[in-house]
Amino acid sequence: MTTTFVPSVKKRQIMELAESGKRIDGRSLMDYRQLDVQVGVVEKAEGSAAVHLGGTYVVAGVKIQPEKPFSDTPDEGVMTVNSEFVSMASPEFEPGPPDIKSIELARVVDRGLRESKMIDTKKMCIHAGKLVWTTFIDVFILDHCGNLIDAAAYAALSALLNAKMPELDAKDIKREASSIIIDELTPQEGWKETTFSVAEGRTITPERKKKPLPIRAIPIAVTMAKIGDKFFVDPSKDEEEVMDCRMTVTFTDEGNICAMQKGEPGPLTPEEVARAVEIARTKYNEIRDRLPIPEEALKAVKAKDKDKS
Amino acid sequence: MPTNFEPRQLVVPGTILAEGKYNPGMNTYKEGEHIFASVVGLAELRNETVNVIPLRGCYMPYVDDVVVGKVVEVISTAWMVDIRAPYEAVLFAKEFLSKPLNTMKEDARSYLDIGEMVIAKVISFDRTRSPSLTTREQGLGKIQRGTVIEVDFTRVPRIIGKKGSMISLLKKESGCQIFVGQNGRVWISGKTRDEEAVVAQAIRKIEAEAHTTGLTDRIQEYFLKMKQGA
Amino acid sequence: MSKTHLINDGIRYDGRRLDELRPIKFQLGILNNADGSAYVEWGRTKIIVGIMGPREAHPKHLAMADRCRVEALYRMATFSVGERKSPAPARREHEISKVIKEALEPAIFVELYPRATIDIYAEVIQADGSTRCAAISAAALALTDAGIPMRDLVCSVAVGKVEGQLVLDVMDEEDKQGDSDMPVAMMPNKNLVTLIQMDGLLTQDEFNRGLELAKRGCMEVHKKQKEALEEHFKKSMNSEMEEA
Repeated sequence: MTTTFVPSVKKRQIMELAESGKRIDGRSLMDYRQLDVQVGVVEKAEGSAAVHLGGTYVVAGVKIQPEKPFSDTPDEGVMTVNSEFVSMASPEFEPGPPDIKSIELARVVDRGLRESKMIDTKKMCIHAGKLVWTTFIDVFILDHCGNLIDAAAYAALSALLNAKMPELDAKDIKREASSIIIDELTPQEGWKETTFSVAEGRTITPERKKKPLPIRAIPIAVTMAKIGDKFFVDPSKDEEEVMDCRMTVTFTDEGNICAMQKGEPGPLTPEEVARAVEIARTKYNEIRDRLPIPEEALKAVKAKDKDKS
Repeated sequence: MPTNFEPRQLVVPGTILAEGKYNPGMNTYKEGEHIFASVVGLAELRNETVNVIPLRGCYMPYVDDVVVGKVVEVISTAWMVDIRAPYEAVLFAKEFLSKPLNTMKEDARSYLDIGEMVIAKVISFDRTRSPSLTTREQGLGKIQRGTVIEVDFTRVPRIIGKKGSMISLLKKESGCQIFVGQNGRVWISGKTRDEEAVVAQAIRKIEAEAHTTGLTDRIQEYFLKMKQGA
Repeated sequence: MSKTHLINDGIRYDGRRLDELRPIKFQLGILNNADGSAYVEWGRTKIIVGIMGPREAHPKHLAMADRCRVEALYRMATFSVGERKSPAPARREHEISKVIKEALEPAIFVELYPRATIDIYAEVIQADGSTRCAAISAAALALTDAGIPMRDLVCSVAVGKVEGQLVLDVMDEEDKQGDSDMPVAMMPNKNLVTLIQMDGLLTQDEFNRGLELAKRGCMEVHKKQKEALEEHFKKSMNSEMEEA
């Protein structure tokens, strides 16, 4: 495996190159690396996506299960984001519970999804106060070549857009005894319902009907490294090693900012913050066009303006 | 009694190569009457010795190897250097500096900091101690500029070529300074980064096609194409 | 939930014969950071294995003076199973990590790297039965990719007893509803067993026949491993075609 180092990785050399608008790997300061997204890679999960962003490789899986709601939001579904920095992804990743960088990544990705109201959690209620759909989004970092936040965010986004949840009919929802529903809704692969057919004299497993998640927004994160007075979009591992600070800005389809995170100690002027936001805004369409977004999701996002009341 | 393989046949760990009178050579081992391959590679017979030319390997330092290392830790009178081996190497201050380091007044980091790279020679290594390096010889020392790339160390002989033929070709065609470390790190220094990138591409091509015929011609063609394109 | 018939007239739930393996696909060298890596799709089981090392043992006091340490870490992704699994490692994962390490270690020339460590990381992306067998078989390829010398390519498969019949290569449903599960790993050229576990109930005769079936299965897996290596390295040896 070959990698390109800059010996004596000093900011000076990276900054010199940047004066002519170039980076170590030949990109311009505003270029993303090659982005490949495959969805549905884990059939047993309700949704999944594998992302290659340059050499960075991330797999996200979505599991949707019925659980008790939070007491302060009895009629809303629950969403959680978790990230695992797998040891094989980089020599500095030690085995063990998530370290602070992993936790920060999960929370930044979560903020983008949650604050944009990407999933209409009010439509994820089964039985108010008793049972709601909980969406678990788990992101696994398998190869670290820089910009884990964006790779994780795109994987989580694509997995959610790929996800299918079981359709419940009126009779399921009317049931009072929620414990019976839980038994029937135990997530077997493909949410198969097992019933015994007297006529056929054997057990059959017809598949439940499934539908996409109720999507209302498409949040896209854009991360950049600040080195000296310049921003480097989609930083590589080398660039992250020398950056003064890192900015992640997440925009929604409506052109609103729904999440922002500055990482690393180096300070920024307010003008630099504004510049970072502007860069993220201009990158939104480009990234969105490189992600596999189903037609129905695009339609649903457009349609939400109509039922805003 | 014939061997169990065709010349340059691809073999894998555990492949039975020969039995009886043969000697176990590189990347093979003998058990009972049989000789087995221990890595993935190309099997060949040299006189009575069975060797496997490795396609994947793990660099082990040998005394007198000249390597490209990266400083990973600074101690008061020495630097710990990553040389892409199972062991970190140590570079004592007296093997880098021409006069002793005055630890009261000076900081080793001012000479060599973490992340900096050196071309160094292995001066000692055994099973009980870390490999030890020196830079106090002609051609050795801190790398001040250029690009360093990593290749599979098993390709180093091919990048150098028979009697240095391949590396001479690379230097002539590119006009760059090139040094191939035994540990699979290659230092390239040219007038511009673009020049260095062209050499890096050529080396990656050699790495990928190391065991094909006509490689030297294809590398020459590659440089021709690059010059025409410029 | 009533039992589904898993075997009908010698044909299994997924259409296989009793002694048939699921389709297996191996890929090597798929990660940048790991020293060696492999990916396996074994039926619907999907696993990535990364090798780090040989490298300095950390902390140093764990190092062994005359040989290399070998450690394995087997983890299942939360979304790899039907019901989401908590990310915290379960006791099952700890046990499987140990048996994976012990299955592969005998093949590695550990004396070559005293005081160093080889770490084997296996991440199950999707689990559909026999994950430890798939992980071991992929790990042998990942170790080869890392250039670590070995005596043999360890290969592994599980034999089960389902509705009274012995079956080769146990899938998830068969494991859950079957009467016995027996994973086996071997060094195929040495005819040595490096892993054997069993749970359930087998007669002496069933065990003997089961072990024979497992050996045959391991040989078939080994063939797939060799094919994957040939495929991967043929590319680096045979590129005249691509030079247009």
